[in-house]
Amino acid sequence: MSHLKNLTLKVWRQSGPKDAGRFETHEVAEISDEASFLELLDVLNEQLISENKEAVVFDHDCREGICGTCSLMINGVAHGPQRATTTCQLHMRSFKSNDTIVVEPWRSAAFPIIKDLMVDRSPLDRIIEAGGYITAVTGGAPDGNLIAVPKPVADAAMDSAQCIGCGACVAACPNGAASLFTGAKIAHLNRLPQGQPERYKRAEAMVETMDEHFGSCTNHGECSAACPKEISIDVIALMNKDYRASKFKSRKEISRG
Amino acid sequence: MPVAVTSILTSMVTSSTVHTEALRRAPVTGTALQARKKRPFLLDLYSTSVGKKYAMAISGIAMMGFVLFHMIGNLKMYMGATALDHYAEFLRELLYPIVPKGVMLWILRGGLISMLFLHLHAAWSLTKLNRHARPVKYQGARDYQVAKFASRTMRWTGIIVLAYLVWHILDLTLGVVNATGTNGEFVTGEVYNNVVRSLDRPVVAAFYVVANILLGIHLFHGAWSIFQSLGWNNPRFNNWRRGFATAFATIIVVGNVSFPIAVIAGIVK
Repeated sequence: MSHLKNLTLKVWRQSGPKDAGRFETHEVAEISDEASFLELLDVLNEQLISENKEAVVFDHDCREGICGTCSLMINGVAHGPQRATTTCQLHMRSFKSNDTIVVEPWRSAAFPIIKDLMVDRSPLDRIIEAGGYITAVTGGAPDGNLIAVPKPVADAAMDSAQCIGCGACVAACPNGAASLFTGAKIAHLNRLPQGQPERYKRAEAMVETMDEHFGSCTNHGECSAACPKEISIDVIALMNKDYRASKFKSRKEISRG
Repeated sequence: MPVAVTSILTSMVTSSTVHTEALRRAPVTGTALQARKKRPFLLDLYSTSVGKKYAMAISGIAMMGFVLFHMIGNLKMYMGATALDHYAEFLRELLYPIVPKGVMLWILRGGLISMLFLHLHAAWSLTKLNRHARPVKYQGARDYQVAKFASRTMRWTGIIVLAYLVWHILDLTLGVVNATGTNGEFVTGEVYNNVVRSLDRPVVAAFYVVANILLGIHLFHGAWSIFQSLGWNNPRFNNWRRGFATAFATIIVVGNVSFPIAVIAGIVK
């Protein structure tokens, strides 16, 4: 059985990076409980187009919660009220009829607004370029279990590798820090044997690239609460530890631990 | 990164007025390391946000140590004037006769003052960095999920505790703002009398109580935060970190707040 809801949307409109921007209020009537948040915006855009107005620009791609393209600050919470959920997987059942929903883009100096709700998140790419990979001749696919990885280690690395790079951590952080993202990417590789040769170089380069764009961590924990993949702030501690080691350890003696 | 080209292209189809300037790539910074100036490694570490968090944590630990021993020392107040004044004299005689009287105390003070300045400088620069990281605030109301009052007010509790620290030194170390009149004058070394004379003023006592509660709030977040900043994260003790910070803050607040209350209540007189 489907419920229909009437909602009021306060949507951020901004014609370009230099525009000051403003909230615009729109009514959307009889939207189904089963509609996702992005479908709500689709319905709104159909409405706007039929009224000969410009559609709201927003980021979206896979719509199944794995690509990290959708964003949106919904009622002051990154990806909206439901924990561990991306905006595309957030449904109207999370709202009540006649609710007013405030929709804003991610706000960060590193994420300039392109238009309306769409921001440019490429500084996250800069962090990955600095060290979020392993340098190796990959050749053909190796045999399974050729490199032994203890199960708990593999699990921990996998937990970090879940990061989809949506930028919700930056959006939610009161300081606009990207520590959770950078920490997750560092932890993903630095926990695995394949990541060891470049471990400290990676931590150093990624942290310092992060510093060029983002704020600093004050351990609020908002990032982890906003993360659609529930990545723990444990990865930030690991990042801090490996960054310190990158400055203190003698790289020639590193094999001694 | 999924942000990239496809979604931006989609937007260009739906809207013809997309500004091209936002699509320009920032310089690739993977090579930033080679371009950087060589510096002594500690300065190099301190020049980054993570390094400054280390400075915050280490200076924080030093000052926590001070706050704890200061509180324990003050408990001598309950053993009477002789005990407290004798303890104060003992501090001046630390390491005597290896070093002349008072020298060790000044070395400790010097360490604490430098730790305080390090803490302030790191806090100042990190705050500046964080303000720059979000020049345009959220225009709608934020709904914080887990950030606590303590973590959100660190800067304010810190500034008020700093103001209290200045007053406290003027009051009980230098005696400048200590009470004068019928109860006599401030005398260096007569710690017990100085404390009683100062805290007998209800407004001053109230200020001490409020400032110490704010110190407790600051410690509640700070003492936990240390573990994260220093990368001390281990499933074996992670559950204890919150408990440690809560216990430490509680012990400090209960101890320190008891002194003005004891004076006002006439238990210490």
